[in-house]
Amino acid sequence: MHPAVSVIFFTVMSGAGFGMIFLLGLGFPVDGGAGKVFLVSLTGGGLAVAGLLASTFHLGHPERAWRALSQWRTSWLSREGIAAIMTLMLFGLYALIWMTSGTRSSLLGWTAALGAAATVFTTSMIYAQLKTVPQWNSPLTPAVYSGFALGSGWLLASAFGNHGYAEVWGMVLVALAWSAKWLWWVRAGRARLADSGSSPETATGLGLIGKVRLLERPHTGENYLTREMVHRIGRKHARTLRMLALLLGALVPLVILALIALSGAPALFILAAALSMSVGLLAERWLFFAEAEHAVSLYYGHR
Amino acid sequence: MTRLPATTEKRLGLVIDLDTCVGCHACAVSCKEWNTSAGASPLSDVDAYGADVSGAWLNRIHTFEVTPEGAPAQIVHFPKSCLHCDDAPCVTVCPTGASYKRPEDGIVLVDEDLCIGCGLCAWACPYGAREMDPVENVMKKCTLCVDRIYSETLAEEDRIPACVRTCPSSARHFGDFNDPDSNVSQLVADRGGIDLMPEMGTRPVNKYLPPRPKTRSQPAPAPALDPTPAPKADGFLGWLDAALDRLG
Ligand code: SF4
Ligand code: SF4
Repeated sequence: MHPAVSVIFFTVMSGAGFGMIFLLGLGFPVDGGAGKVFLVSLTGGGLAVAGLLASTFHLGHPERAWRALSQWRTSWLSREGIAAIMTLMLFGLYALIWMTSGTRSSLLGWTAALGAAATVFTTSMIYAQLKTVPQWNSPLTPAVYSGFALGSGWLLASAFGNHGYAEVWGMVLVALAWSAKWLWWVRAGRARLADSGSSPETATGLGLIGKVRLLERPHTGENYLTREMVHRIGRKHARTLRMLALLLGALVPLVILALIALSGAPALFILAAALSMSVGLLAERWLFFAEAEHAVSLYYGHR
Repeated sequence: MTRLPATTEKRLGLVIDLDTCVGCHACAVSCKEWNTSAGASPLSDVDAYGADVSGAWLNRIHTFEVTPEGAPAQIVHFPKSCLHCDDAPCVTVCPTGASYKRPEDGIVLVDEDLCIGCGLCAWACPYGAREMDPVENVMKKCTLCVDRIYSETLAEEDRIPACVRTCPSSARHFGDFNDPDSNVSQLVADRGGIDLMPEMGTRPVNKYLPPRPKTRSQPAPAPALDPTPAPKADGFLGWLDAALDRLG
């Protein structure tokens, strides 16, 4: 699949943002006055909003995006839009009350947290629902998206907040998220298009005669399908990118967290771990798209 | 509405005969011609006369090589357009309601004014039957020529999809699969019509007729070196034959 930069940014940024909203809503400790509360809420909400805005860039008609809220009965994309907007409104209200009165309404907070979890889940289901992309079509996909949202959200919240065990919990959550991703990678290696039961033979129905091979494409140039779904250029640096994702996304944040825990350095340094993790996640997300094989490739002689 | 109708009154669709298709692309060209002028917006191309030509088409003709075990390969031309699936995944994923399946005839359509061009429906279709229009930025797909089949102004014989009307080898047939006596139902029954990628669970309406088995020359038994004795001739010819034999 074609790795669209806007979608990569959207999923990583809004993942971290909704992860943060989830934690703040559940009462993640943040000491300080209205200024601090403003800053921390702006970071969470801002990331989520920025991600949502980025995602509209890949639409053919962004001006009609509001229409996407109508089909929640069947469409995960529609559900995601609704969940995101509701969550942001609830969280905005929660932050406003917190900022002005200093009290954190647990009812509002918990609902916003629930909404944030639902948003990340619906995002992941947009991909996990697709039978046409066997590597995505797994319950591990929501697990990975939720794990990364929680992990990166925790690091950001810890950088501003005052959790006593921020580093230890950070290490646990980052490790858990990457364990889920590791499982995902192991499964994806075995859930390639070739393993899914679909083949050029089933795609053409000609398997009952013999072995099928594409002789000629219908067109000499590229088209929407080949650019969007038979895209393979992005796989060129797969190994390097995976190393980079693991290094920046997992190893560096873990080392930074351990150093902070051991040295007693101020929690603000966790921001470095959060930044590094986000860059690693950009690489991870690139691969999520670039390495995914779509069934339509079978009609184009590829996997 | 992106909820699929439980059943549709008719199930209109195509039968494509892989035995008679000659791969001329006439159906695709005719489709492009009809739908660029008759649809809600043109079916656009970019750089149409340049080096990097590309554009939206609703029908594409692939060519495959099939190699049976122990026999020479054969060529199969393979036209592919929307199969108007009963369980169309492209419809249910659509966030706007632009994609829908008509309860009256089962045709899957896109309302271009509602489409936001998110492309999710094209991701959900296993067959590559949906293409984003590069100029209009909305999703395009086969309409089964809904504007021809119900037309009251076109001549009677033209009230079928443009591809079916055009095909010079009659490899394309249009009809109602809910009617067991329709031409398409009969063809599917007689020739063993098949579904593409049934494992995807889309339950396509369109069916493909596999190429008929080739009559292959049997591996020849040892060639007859000993020609059967020529029939005995009488009279003058018999004498001549015998005389020539004696000469060697
Ligand atoms: S062929 Fe593709 S576009 Fe057409 S109905 Fe089936 S899934 Fe949808
Ligand atoms: S591209 Fe258009 S028709 Fe397809 S899912 Fe998106 S809004 Fe619906």
